[in-house]
Amino acid sequence: MRDAAGTTGRRVPLLLVVPAAAAVLFLLVPLAGLLIKAPWPRFVDKIASPGVGQALGLSLVTATETTLVCLLIGIPLAWVLARTRLPGRRLLRVLVTVPLILPPVVGGVALYSALGRQGVLGRWLYDWWGVSIPFTHLAVVLAQTFVALPFLILSVDGALRSSRGELEEASATLGADRWTTFRRVTLPQIGPAVGAGAVLAWARALGEFGATITFAGSLPGRTETMPVRVYTELIDDYDGTIVLSLLLLAVAVIVLIALRGRWVQGLS
Amino acid sequence: MSRPRGVARLVPVVLALALTGCASSAADDTTSSGGASSSSASGEINVFAAASLKESFETIKTDLQKRDPGLTINLQYGASGQLATQIQQGAPADVFASADETSMKTLTDAGIVGASTVFATNRLQIVVPKGNPGKVTKLADLADPKLTVVTCAEAAACGKTQKKIEAKAGITISSDSQEPDVKSVLQKVAMGEADAGLVYVTDVKSQPDKVEGIDFPEAAEFGNQYPIGIVKQAPDPAAAKVFVDYVTGEGQQALQTRGFGKP
Repeated sequence: MRDAAGTTGRRVPLLLVVPAAAAVLFLLVPLAGLLIKAPWPRFVDKIASPGVGQALGLSLVTATETTLVCLLIGIPLAWVLARTRLPGRRLLRVLVTVPLILPPVVGGVALYSALGRQGVLGRWLYDWWGVSIPFTHLAVVLAQTFVALPFLILSVDGALRSSRGELEEASATLGADRWTTFRRVTLPQIGPAVGAGAVLAWARALGEFGATITFAGSLPGRTETMPVRVYTELIDDYDGTIVLSLLLLAVAVIVLIALRGRWVQGLS
Repeated sequence: MSRPRGVARLVPVVLALALTGCASSAADDTTSSGGASSSSASGEINVFAAASLKESFETIKTDLQKRDPGLTINLQYGASGQLATQIQQGAPADVFASADETSMKTLTDAGIVGASTVFATNRLQIVVPKGNPGKVTKLADLADPKLTVVTCAEAAACGKTQKKIEAKAGITISSDSQEPDVKSVLQKVAMGEADAGLVYVTDVKSQPDKVEGIDFPEAAEFGNQYPIGIVKQAPDPAAAKVFVDYVTGEGQQALQTRGFGKP
């Protein structure tokens, strides 16, 4: 297979190369534009300006927390989707992909309608215990989880469905109970997919903006993540916006490259 | 074209091109037929306006297009500073209506907008959900950390005014969220998710079923001036001028009904 792919690589039809090059340019030119337009003399000042480190730190922390939540609830759901004959499984799979096609702002509004002070569940939390979720750190994580969860689930679900499950059957025949089989056989098998899904979820959470600003608002130090900061910066400092965008981009790329080789074969 | 597979892959592209082609020619048709049907003002203009002007400008648009059916007015709203940035980056705006003089000055100083005229004034008001669940009565109440308060980000026009008011009143508002524009502040109070916020009088009037406004003395002193100006490179300056003249003339009625003060 690999050889065949190698041979076609030498004689690529022009009809494919031209649009492919257009795609590369389309991705590269805006990013290059950021680099070219960046006000380099102001770079260090801007990055060191009050609140930027705080926003970046908050983004890294919440994106990581979001990824943990996604792993905790996403892997089990992916397993249910791939390995059980639950009725309505197909519908469930559609439901999982909904946040992918939904504008994130709508996700934020949906979270309000469920967990806001006037929300279906949030109303009881507020009336009984005085707990109000919007505008909190938790709200940031929930908003990010809403948009990032599908990335993990789809990745793990895909891996589970493409592995036949013979090893799991063998393990069961050898007397392991279902939980042991899941932990000792299934999980190691889908390890790379879990890693890839986790990294995608993390990256999506790091860049999340719409659901976050809608549901969690924007308060420096508490809910102002880096993308939200970039957006508010746009109100009166376009150059500053470029600097912050580059910073966020750089951090994301560095983390992804660092992770790729070691834990995430699925992405390389 | 002897490679069917290559061609097949291009089908979506061709379809997309065909569709966009249709769309743009359709748009051209509307513009030209619209232009032909009127002898008074005609043409198409893009107006970038501060979010707080939304309701009034929608009324103005309807009224003016009724008067001059050949005129097509496209309105786009946002935070004044953000709109100014977009215009500076080449967004196709013909008219800019700002909620503060700072954003307008950026554009006039850069030579992008010619002269500007103040056409309305506004002032901040405390906004609370209908029934005032947080029992807010005065500005100082917003310093209470137990209340959920939302305000404008400092970079936004409303946020700048708010800072001056805070300094004058000697209080620090305990804000739970600093929103990018005044409409999102209003929305969060109207949803009942926040106990109070600071928005313009006109915003309070725009949602009479959901919110109430509370006046406070410092607001009058720090009123906002709303300037309007024509972008120098506007392709149709005559049409842009018709709009600006209407806003400073007949359109005043619509603005004042919504709670704006006279210039």
